[in-house]
Amino acid sequence: MEINSRAVRAWSMMGQTGQFGVIMNELAKCNENFCVVTADLCQFSGLERFCQEHPERFYNVGIAEQNMIGVSAGIASEGINVFAASYGSFVATRALDQVRISMSYMKLPIKLIGLTAGFSAGILGPTHMALEDVAIMRTLPDITIISPADCTEAYKCLEAVMEYDRPVYIRLTGSARAPIVYSEDYNYEIGKAIYLKEGKDVCILASGSMVFTSLQAAGELEASGISASVVDIHTIKPIDKSIAAIMAKHRLTVTVEEHSVVGGIGDAVAELAMKEGLPIRIMKIGAEGSYPHGAGYTTLLYRSGLTKESITQRIKAAIEK
Amino acid sequence: MTEKEENELKAICKKMRENCLTMAGAAGGLGFHFGAAMSIIEIVAVLYFKVMNSGVEAYEQRDRFILSKGHGVPALYAALCCKEIISGEELMTFKGDDTRLYGHPCKNKELGIEFSSGSLGQGLSFGAGVAMALKRKGNDTSRVFVLLGDGECNEGSVWEAAMTASKYKLGNLTAIIDRNHLQYDGDTEKVMPLDSLTDKWKSFGWEAEEADGHDVRQLYAALMKKSALPRVVIADTIKGKGISFMENIPGWHFGRMTAEQEKTHGQR
Repeated sequence: MEINSRAVRAWSMMGQTGQFGVIMNELAKCNENFCVVTADLCQFSGLERFCQEHPERFYNVGIAEQNMIGVSAGIASEGINVFAASYGSFVATRALDQVRISMSYMKLPIKLIGLTAGFSAGILGPTHMALEDVAIMRTLPDITIISPADCTEAYKCLEAVMEYDRPVYIRLTGSARAPIVYSEDYNYEIGKAIYLKEGKDVCILASGSMVFTSLQAAGELEASGISASVVDIHTIKPIDKSIAAIMAKHRLTVTVEEHSVVGGIGDAVAELAMKEGLPIRIMKIGAEGSYPHGAGYTTLLYRSGLTKESITQRIKAAIEK
Repeated sequence: MTEKEENELKAICKKMRENCLTMAGAAGGLGFHFGAAMSIIEIVAVLYFKVMNSGVEAYEQRDRFILSKGHGVPALYAALCCKEIISGEELMTFKGDDTRLYGHPCKNKELGIEFSSGSLGQGLSFGAGVAMALKRKGNDTSRVFVLLGDGECNEGSVWEAAMTASKYKLGNLTAIIDRNHLQYDGDTEKVMPLDSLTDKWKSFGWEAEEADGHDVRQLYAALMKKSALPRVVIADTIKGKGISFMENIPGWHFGRMTAEQEKTHGQR
């Protein structure tokens, strides 16, 4: 479909999670061979119209995430493209063994969607926070991990995985009324990082909701005389190795993610630097310590230091060291 | 089923048990899931030699077999050997390094293994997904058979799948429960009571039927029946069936035979 400013605005109002089903319905218009399985999150993920218009391509297995993966595996093994969607926390932990066997061991090309990954459902408490999903998925062989920066990129990646014959986990971050990073159509390729801003001193590598916040922080840093590059690491695994050369050109590399600092993009980037033998400084910004008390999305981001102010301050302190 | 056919099937079952002993010998000290393999010999034989449309190639119209109780896999390899899909020589590679025949089934098109099992409780969800996909593809020829252990029914995901199959009226799906009344820690009714499995499945919206799991004639009749609803056959079996000193002994869920036992029974 044509990506215009109206679509971009409408999607961002819904947020990545609410937009998911709407995109499925959109993609169904020109693609006959895919179906969607959900575990009682039809309304929550915007799938109502898809369900009404394509009932024969929609399966709701009830509150049974393990079964959702098993059923999706069976569908995938018969050569049908299948998207399976539930809360990021549940697909990565509750249904982990099924994910491991079906997607990793058997390499069945399920498109697994982690809804409200990160903090956006945090008012429901830590049960609904997905802060370790990337870490877990990264340890499983052969699963591609994608975290779109905004709703436009969510569309681009869902469109791209339609033709992607490998298991993939897509974590959808952010809330409704999500900020816009990509206001118009652009070239999106799985596995290829996007250089959004070029700078000299600091290289900020961000994923998901934190791409926009990092761009804001880069703007603030600029005002203080610190020049920052910002890269959208939408594909966390396999990570784009070409970012190593960019990292090497800066005095400091900073990773920012709405995820635990353990096992997420921070560690993926550090592993890459280690493999490439880069003599660089890396600072990881993300969720740390015990699970926070349930609270609203912006509060949780604030308390975890995932705001432009906090990111700016930490980078300034690190660069002045 | 004619008497001749019945006798042929019985002979295949005997050969399959011999094949199992061959594999047990090859595995040696690595041990063997005797109990779980021996109890499903007749079930697998009836499926592979009488009920299912199957072959070497993964053609679309084939019937799909999913061995959810993966530890019973020697029975499957034994059947594949009788079907000449694997050779007697390959049987001897059982549990060897890099073998195609390891301790649980591994998805393999050439061997017609649809699903990598071993982690119990996952096969029925997978089978339900396959059955849904077949319907969606307009394939109303192929049937899906999922073989589960009775102990495996302790897994909650089995019942999640049971509800799903019922909701989507998967008449192309048949489950078979190897009701041998024993699991690793002993009597199923002591470890975690299953009570009447037939009533349980019926209450989940399935058509359920009981059969003697070692009577090929009864199994054949039960497995050939079709319905608009998913069907389950509760096959009453004996763990370790066919090896006198193993029958109904929990300790033979997994074990190894002594040289003396192998000599007496392995050569028969």
